[in-house]
Amino acid sequence: MRMLPDMSDAPSALDAELVAIGRAAPGGDPDAEPVTLYDRHGVLVLRVGGVVVKAHQAGRDTGPPLAARMAAAAALPELLLPPVGPPRRVRDRVVTVWPYGEPVGPEDPPWEEGGRLLARLHLTDHRRLTVPRWERPVRAARAVARLSPDGAAERVIREAFAGLPAWVRGEAPAPPPPRPTLIHGDWHLGQLVRMPDGAWRMIDVEDLGIGDPAWDLARPAALFSAGVLPPEDWSRLLAGYASAGGPAATPEGELWDRLDIPAQTLAIQIAATCVISARSAGRPLDGFEDALVDACSRISATRGSPRT
Amino acid sequence: MQCPKCRGAMRTYDRNGVHIEQCEMCRGIFLDYGELEALTRMQQQYMQAAPPPPPAAPAAPAWGAAPQVHHHHHGTPYYRHRSVFHMLFST
Repeated sequence: MRMLPDMSDAPSALDAELVAIGRAAPGGDPDAEPVTLYDRHGVLVLRVGGVVVKAHQAGRDTGPPLAARMAAAAALPELLLPPVGPPRRVRDRVVTVWPYGEPVGPEDPPWEEGGRLLARLHLTDHRRLTVPRWERPVRAARAVARLSPDGAAERVIREAFAGLPAWVRGEAPAPPPPRPTLIHGDWHLGQLVRMPDGAWRMIDVEDLGIGDPAWDLARPAALFSAGVLPPEDWSRLLAGYASAGGPAATPEGELWDRLDIPAQTLAIQIAATCVISARSAGRPLDGFEDALVDACSRISATRGSPRT
Repeated sequence: MQCPKCRGAMRTYDRNGVHIEQCEMCRGIFLDYGELEALTRMQQQYMQAAPPPPPAAPAAPAWGAAPQVHHHHHGTPYYRHRSVFHMLFST
């Protein structure tokens, strides 16, 4: 038998430090056993009793912008999960500590409450916050760039992407948004947690910024438009958002004027992510993933003159 | 029976238990005592039994899919499908 090199050495050293941080944190428990909540894409998240310790991706937007975003979370504890202390450095990683919250279960997501929280975030007076500007959806271009050069689905996705405005593709300066607000920047159902008192909060402030609030509705809008998210669920989210005065919810006729490009962009991004994931697993696309690729076809088909 | 208006012959029709006399000449209708109330009652029952109008479908973009194509795949709530869960719950 051949001896394999011990690959677990470096991660377990980081693990041990995260566990020690969690046990010593306010609200932590010195005897708590760690549970890994997330360990992918260079991000490690451990739960240690009542706190969560997150080792951020090496090289991800750290330093002053993250500190400013965490300060914003601390200033808006009724909307965003407030951090337990400022960010710190462990080895070459930025590490943040948060209270533990129960994630959304897949059976009955809190659509209305999710919409209300977003609306209240968008209505926040952000003049006293120093968060950066949220410029553009950087993940779409990144996902499309990772697509294989061959394949029919890949071609459909690339064509839809090529028709997006140049600034969305990262090939022109981002125009200032018409009515900028504080936005989450990467909103989805995984960004909601329930606190012990039953109230929901948004987590993950790494994309928090000043931008066009329509982008926070882009992912569910894309999934609704692709036929994956049922109209009832989309309506519940919009109803919650509108009931709290959400500024991106304009009258019916105008709603899609604001949502169209954000929803197209996320449909393309999600389609690209699905295709990459299916190809790397060597499996065919399932029906839902096909629906996203079909949405990309329709995006290209319904385009008139090229947008700028 | 003769029509009280034009003296034409009246024919009796039975509509859901209500007897209606109609003139074959002028098409006028004669209702016996209580028959108007019976018809009104039946109309109200019909209106109440009518299903409520479906909620208006939310607006969609020009490239939107025909709704409900992919729901309840094989009877499983759609959120539980691995791919959909990923689309809704992760970046």
